[in-house]
Amino acid sequence: MTAQRLEQTPQGFGLARVLGGGPLLLAALTANAAAPMPAPDVSAPSPARRAELIRMVRQDCGSCHGMQLTGGLGPALTREALADKSLEGLAITIYQGRLGTPMPGWRSMLSEPEAQWIAERLAAGFPQEGAR
Amino acid sequence: MNAMNRRACLLGGLALPLAWSGCAAVAPDAASGAATADSALMGTGDLGVVIERASGSLALVNTSSRRLLGKVGGLGDLSHASVVFSRDQRYAFVFGRDGGLSKVDLLTRRLVARVMQAGNSIGGAISADGTLVAAQNYTPGGIKVFDAQTLALVADLPAPIDAVKQPGKLSRVVGLVDLPGRRFAYSLFDADAICIADLSDVAHPRITRLDGIGRQPYDALVTPDGRHYIAGLFGEDGLAMVDLWDETPQVRRILGGYGRGEQPLPVFKMPHLRGWAVAGRHAYLPAIGRHEVLVVDTTTWQEVGRIPVAGQPVFVIARPDGRQVWVNFAVPDYHRVQVIDTQQRRVVRTIEPGKAVLHLEFTPRGESVWISARDANRVTVYDTQRIEPTAELALDAPSGIFFTARSARLGF
Repeated sequence: MTAQRLEQTPQGFGLARVLGGGPLLLAALTANAAAPMPAPDVSAPSPARRAELIRMVRQDCGSCHGMQLTGGLGPALTREALADKSLEGLAITIYQGRLGTPMPGWRSMLSEPEAQWIAERLAAGFPQEGAR
Repeated sequence: MNAMNRRACLLGGLALPLAWSGCAAVAPDAASGAATADSALMGTGDLGVVIERASGSLALVNTSSRRLLGKVGGLGDLSHASVVFSRDQRYAFVFGRDGGLSKVDLLTRRLVARVMQAGNSIGGAISADGTLVAAQNYTPGGIKVFDAQTLALVADLPAPIDAVKQPGKLSRVVGLVDLPGRRFAYSLFDADAICIADLSDVAHPRITRLDGIGRQPYDALVTPDGRHYIAGLFGEDGLAMVDLWDETPQVRRILGGYGRGEQPLPVFKMPHLRGWAVAGRHAYLPAIGRHEVLVVDTTTWQEVGRIPVAGQPVFVIARPDGRQVWVNFAVPDYHRVQVIDTQQRRVVRTIEPGKAVLHLEFTPRGESVWISARDANRVTVYDTQRIEPTAELALDAPSGIFFTARSARLGF
């Protein structure tokens, strides 16, 4: 698999289990070096940045996950669909991507706290654009 | 036509075809009341539609006058929508993300039929004879085929991943195209397969399935002659090609290992192959995970060059004469469009039509190209000779642009 890299995390096995990764993901997770976890939400995005992030998720993530986040080539990201997923697993996936799938890491466009913020909002039911 | 429609109603609908559906919706052109013979009749060869993705409506446009003619709403979630046209170029079939299939009359500017045919859909195709419309679905994975007149379901073709090892599990379908002879080809993202469905007898569809074509086909195209079906692979470098003229079609790998040994870049949006670029004997294809356009010789199917571009290519589309190829990009480089000169095989111009360029469509002869910029809320029309903007239309988060001339092209 050449599409994306995903670096090891201390939660590697847990993440793979939670996110349903197959043997390939497990192998990759155990084989690579450690990377930092998204930090706890210590610096919440500003209101203006939040609006940008909401738009980004709806519009850009939406090209694979659907603008209503009901899924497409990427899985659904509704609150119901994510009910059994861990927040940190979601944040890692957003920030670093997911090996063996088309999900890229968004680290070039997001900070770790922003990935964490998005993960929290997804788990709670993602806001519509125009909402705060 | 609307003017004619209105007048006809006043006259009691004498000698009109049965299809007229009433007089209530009077469009802007007709509202003036100048129902002269000149304004009453209208062709559809220079019409088109633009998807307004946020509001779920279809903007009807005229590519000669470069004007917005009207809008048709109520089409559901159009966040990933595509459109095919009836062969008389009067009706647009709109495939919505939410599984809605809508039939819109471009002349009366009305929604004339609509079915919810799936839970999650990605596009569709129309048969060469114009009788069948097929939708490709993610949920439930498979294709469904409809009567183009009525939108009645005529065939439901689920796409099993592996009927033995994973009974009941269906694959998401990508890359659906029409083929000559009431056939359709499509690829199975989750099953690494290509299917060819023959609906010459709709009561008894025959499906030829080719397995093991390569990992994760994400989209596909058919060459303008209908001979080669090519699926792009996300899960490995290369593309899977089928020569449909073979007695027994087989899959052959082309451009295998085009990125071998190099770190792929993140792909923030999947490229689309459908609007593909054939210019002379060469095809121009988006690389995956590389900021390059690959140039392939269509007689040998060997790579003959690569053109560095400004980002991950999404659409790589040739001007109809093949002299230029225009390219747009995935986020974060999606404020740019680049123009490749096919004689020099390099980028000769970079333009910035607005933030979030999602699509581009050439007029039938290619003198103009229409480019949608979602976040700029506009469509800009460029003169392709000078590569300069010549008109602008304000639209609400525009995405896909589709002109009726598509109805005459195989694979569109």
